[in-house]
Amino acid sequence: MAENYLPILVIFVLAAGFAFVSLIITHLVGPRVTNAVKMMPYESGVDQVGKTRIRFSIRFFLIALLFIIFDIEIVFLYPWAVVFKDFLSAGSFIFFEMVVFLAILAFGFIYVWRNGALEWE
Amino acid sequence: MFTSIFFYFLASIAIASAIFVVLNRNAVYSAIALVLCFFSLAVIYLLLEAYVIAVLEVFIYAGAIMVLFLFVIMLLNLGLEDAFPYFRHLQRALSLFMVGLFFVGIFLIMFNEQGILHQPGEKFSAGDIYALGEALFSKYLLPFEVASLLLLVALIGTVYLAKRKI
Amino acid sequence: MDISQFFTSADLFGIAPEIILTVTALSVLTLEMLHVSRPGIILMVAALGLFLAGALAINTSGDEQILFGGMLVLNRFSVFFDFLYITIGLLTLIFSQGYLEKRGSASRGEYPALILFAIIGMMLMTRANDLVIVFLGLELLSLSLYILVGFLRHDQLSNESGLKYLLLGAFATGFFLFGAALTYGAAGTTNYNGIVTAITNNTILSDTYLFLGIGLLLIGFAFKVALVPFHMWSPDVYQGAPTTVTGFLCTAPKAAGFGALIILFNRAFVDIHYQWQDIFWILSAMTMTIGNISALIQHNVKRMLAFSSVSHAGFLIMGILVLNETSISAVLFYLVVYSVVNLGAFAIVSAAEQEERGLNLKDYRGLAAQHPWLSAAMTIFMLSLAGFPPTAGFVAKFGLFSAAVSQGYIGLVIIAVLNTLISIYYYLRLVVNMYMQKEESTLILSYKMLAIVFVGLIAIMMIILGITPGYLLEIVTEAASTVA
Repeated sequence: MAENYLPILVIFVLAAGFAFVSLIITHLVGPRVTNAVKMMPYESGVDQVGKTRIRFSIRFFLIALLFIIFDIEIVFLYPWAVVFKDFLSAGSFIFFEMVVFLAILAFGFIYVWRNGALEWE
Repeated sequence: MFTSIFFYFLASIAIASAIFVVLNRNAVYSAIALVLCFFSLAVIYLLLEAYVIAVLEVFIYAGAIMVLFLFVIMLLNLGLEDAFPYFRHLQRALSLFMVGLFFVGIFLIMFNEQGILHQPGEKFSAGDIYALGEALFSKYLLPFEVASLLLLVALIGTVYLAKRKI
Repeated sequence: MDISQFFTSADLFGIAPEIILTVTALSVLTLEMLHVSRPGIILMVAALGLFLAGALAINTSGDEQILFGGMLVLNRFSVFFDFLYITIGLLTLIFSQGYLEKRGSASRGEYPALILFAIIGMMLMTRANDLVIVFLGLELLSLSLYILVGFLRHDQLSNESGLKYLLLGAFATGFFLFGAALTYGAAGTTNYNGIVTAITNNTILSDTYLFLGIGLLLIGFAFKVALVPFHMWSPDVYQGAPTTVTGFLCTAPKAAGFGALIILFNRAFVDIHYQWQDIFWILSAMTMTIGNISALIQHNVKRMLAFSSVSHAGFLIMGILVLNETSISAVLFYLVVYSVVNLGAFAIVSAAEQEERGLNLKDYRGLAAQHPWLSAAMTIFMLSLAGFPPTAGFVAKFGLFSAAVSQGYIGLVIIAVLNTLISIYYYLRLVVNMYMQKEESTLILSYKMLAIVFVGLIAIMMIILGITPGYLLEIVTEAASTVA
């Protein structure tokens, strides 16, 4: 079973290898000129205007939290889709199982929506 | 043979990165080290032929939850130094002692039974997504439905507590 | 694929109370979203749902039923707990009327909805026959409680205690989950019947892992029901939470925790329970002593009651140490008395609570002159918690102590009796404060009529139960006989 995943390992090794090799090659081959102006941090070619570390708004956090919860919901859909056809032979039970699950979460979605958590106030 | 070498390699990466997470004073570096820890755990799951868990580990933990961690770090706007209060000496000594006790205790118990560490339990008959679906939608259908309630409560809590105006 | 062994219409009927409560919670939230959030309407809907769930729960009592292929077991024991949760939930909702507005927060539909979700979680915990279900029930309960504790969004103390509870609770959940994983690793199943078969047939993979697993599960439970040394969170959380939530927090989850613990040790680990008796002995002695001594030095009523509830958990653990039919029925009796008395006491505290005052013991000075009836009720509650003879608290303590004595735990019972004597001091301190005439009380109690009626009913019930406990004793004995 694990052997089936060998191609994926090969791809991983190739990808990581490519990244490392190109880093090393640029390091070795590329010319290096250091002066004060060049080492200065810049933002899209413009002089920097402030600190990089600014406080994030909690709105990002709210969106991220909601994303995670729905992300976990999606995870349950994968195995459901895979076994759906075989379970269907025993009746439409499998269908309603997911309907209940999704209905409860759809309610949650409506709740989030109605309370304006999806708006960028 | 290859598997066990690979396991020890990954396990040492996981432990090393976990220690790095705890000891590093820069919260962002800690978060990145945690990603490495999750990845090595995911590969250990692969070795156990628990493929779905491995993928979910990367998707949910290394992906979504790490984004959340980084958001929190940026939300709190932690600086490099003095980000965390230093422990007082007594607290530090006490916590080190407790951790050491726990560690030694677990090791003593585990090595008491010879070779138990290398004896695998009942292996996953199939760690693929089909087996998971089969179990989840027949034997574990009640836990599955309760999970949706759990997620709903989490949604309510998120919106109610984190939303500025409600 | 044959699913009939895992799901039939009987299963659906078995979890009808949970389904009803879910639908009720969703309707309450819908009403909130439609801005029909008049507190009266929402209370009516929630109460209706609770009554219906209770009626359906009693319908399913009778013979033992196994649902969802061994996930849940329904018997008189679980039905007893269902009723306890529903009663506690109903009383909490009644006592909460007008409290949130008083503390400067809008009355929201989320509040009753979360209490309903917590009740569903607790029902699953005591109906569970599988560690997976216990875990999910515990999480559903805990998540709802984290939000309820921090429900006063603009109150710093409430926020702080919510965060504290979340962090420590998540930590405890980690212990519980690790314990469940190790138990699964050792026994090869999470099902209680499967675990017990594995233990009796000695097909456990490793006793070590099982030992570690049980220990970690116990730590998880100890956190949730606040046993020493895992009680650190409770005074802060109890103090910061909205007072009505504190009443709910120190009663229902404790009942659920002890119920689940009894089932776990009485069904899954019944053959190795004797190995854990020393641990239970130590936990019990430490919890009651440290809880009581800490309660002695408190000036805040909520903190005092928090430490008192810690010490009561220590008494209750005695029942799990003994774990026979007598002791289980004593625990059930104790839980009923302890729960309603605490709810009543917190209802009065929440009525007395004001902006800056009403939480200190001193603030209660002279209360009896202004509110003789409420003070009398509070006195009955305090006497009941202390275990004075004419009240139900005495019957509860007596039952528990005699169950322990009959199994030879004389030393522990002596510690328990000494602790009861200590506890009289701080319970009576509140009473003495109320009846002291020195200062003119400026406490203005704000309450709803319905809540006061129920406080009075609880007080009368405690006296009646103290004199003729037979009816309740019969119920708890019957409930205990189905698990023992």
